[in-house]
Amino acid sequence: MDTLLVGTRKGLFTLRGNEVARVSFLGTAVTAVLQRNGAIYAAVGHGHFGAKLHRSMDEGETWQEVAAPKWPEKPADIDDRSPTTGAPVPWSLNQMWVFEADPREPQALWCGTIPGGLFHSTNGGDSWRLLRPLWDKPERRQWFGGGYDFPGIHSICVDPRDPRRVLVGVSCGGAWQTDNGGESWSVASRGMFAAYMPPEKAEDPVIQDPHRIVRCAGAPDVFWAQHHNGVFRSIDGAQSWQEVKINPSSFGFAVAVHPRDPDTAWFVPAIKDELRVPVEGALVVTRTRNGGKSFETLRSGLPQRHAYHLIYRHGLEVAPDGQTLAMGSTTGTLWLSRDAGESWTALSRDLPPVYCVRFGGAA
Amino acid sequence: MPRVTFTANLRRLVDCPAAEVAGATVGEALEAVFTRTPQLRGYIVDDQGALRRHVVVFVGGEAVRDRVRLTDAVAPDAEIAVMQALSGG
Repeated sequence: MDTLLVGTRKGLFTLRGNEVARVSFLGTAVTAVLQRNGAIYAAVGHGHFGAKLHRSMDEGETWQEVAAPKWPEKPADIDDRSPTTGAPVPWSLNQMWVFEADPREPQALWCGTIPGGLFHSTNGGDSWRLLRPLWDKPERRQWFGGGYDFPGIHSICVDPRDPRRVLVGVSCGGAWQTDNGGESWSVASRGMFAAYMPPEKAEDPVIQDPHRIVRCAGAPDVFWAQHHNGVFRSIDGAQSWQEVKINPSSFGFAVAVHPRDPDTAWFVPAIKDELRVPVEGALVVTRTRNGGKSFETLRSGLPQRHAYHLIYRHGLEVAPDGQTLAMGSTTGTLWLSRDAGESWTALSRDLPPVYCVRFGGAA
Repeated sequence: MPRVTFTANLRRLVDCPAAEVAGATVGEALEAVFTRTPQLRGYIVDDQGALRRHVVVFVGGEAVRDRVRLTDAVAPDAEIAVMQALSGG
């Protein structure tokens, strides 16, 4: 591991050689981060003053504020309201939630936001374009917030075989897929089910709450989803999803999939949705190496007594080697594993609550 | 001309000293400020041009009423203060 970027509630921490080498934006939330093509992109959430995008071309030594995704003017005749609360959906950026590289061009980026916008930049964040075909889909009006007041796009899975093929995950709005770079979209969350909805809506793909969706780069038809009501896997390019049961629990937020072996994936379970702490106060990572037929419970190096860490959806990542994993918790502990999760080392126990971890130089 | 001042918490993020600007409404005065300092716009108003939810603008000590279209009138000698709501932890 050369560089690990850790976005927290109170700043961006850059680790090199397992030590915190740099602190940026101290005191301010960093909700998403990506290093790509010589640039680091950091989503900075100022709370009162809004979400801003900063870019560094010198490994984080200096930062420049660049354009943040911005909604077009809301037409006066559109009555766009949350289906659950009736509150008007703001056509305004609340939070950048995830960045991913678009391999079609070195400066091209995707950004998923709250409220549920998908944005694209061709120039490294100098300007952004809202993907109107997804935003304007009638079904988008059925999305609702889960944990936030409004829905958000937290997962962007690009098909390395054809980068025009992209799947996005939405809390709460299911999964959506395009095969033409975003000109048209179809729902891609059939097979998921929602216990938080009345029975007649439980299997509606449009209102599902996948907390996080990842795609195996080496076998891009395979996806894993950590959903509000369990773990799901697709092996047919998200045409269908099948539930996978895990002990001690199938509830959680984060998932990582091995970059080449689609049968290997990692999860970090909590008890259940109304009790979001590790089972019996013992933090574990669960791993399958056979496509979900069975799971191993990995504990070595993780706290096993009175440990109440939660790992958010972007708080677990596997490096391109498939062996190195990083994990950061709401309690401010950051762990690293160099043996595919068999054992973990705490690099720090004293960070602010961790929102996202990202290996530098990715993509 | 109306005088616009900014909370120190905003000045920490963007260089925005107090400014005297032309304008008969809050919106006109702020627009004049944004023309001078374009970066400031997104810190005070949202993507649709309304005041950010946790930003408060006072004119002569009174919080403005129209937070969406910013039509509150300002006198030529008005003091306009851009402040923030208190919150945090």
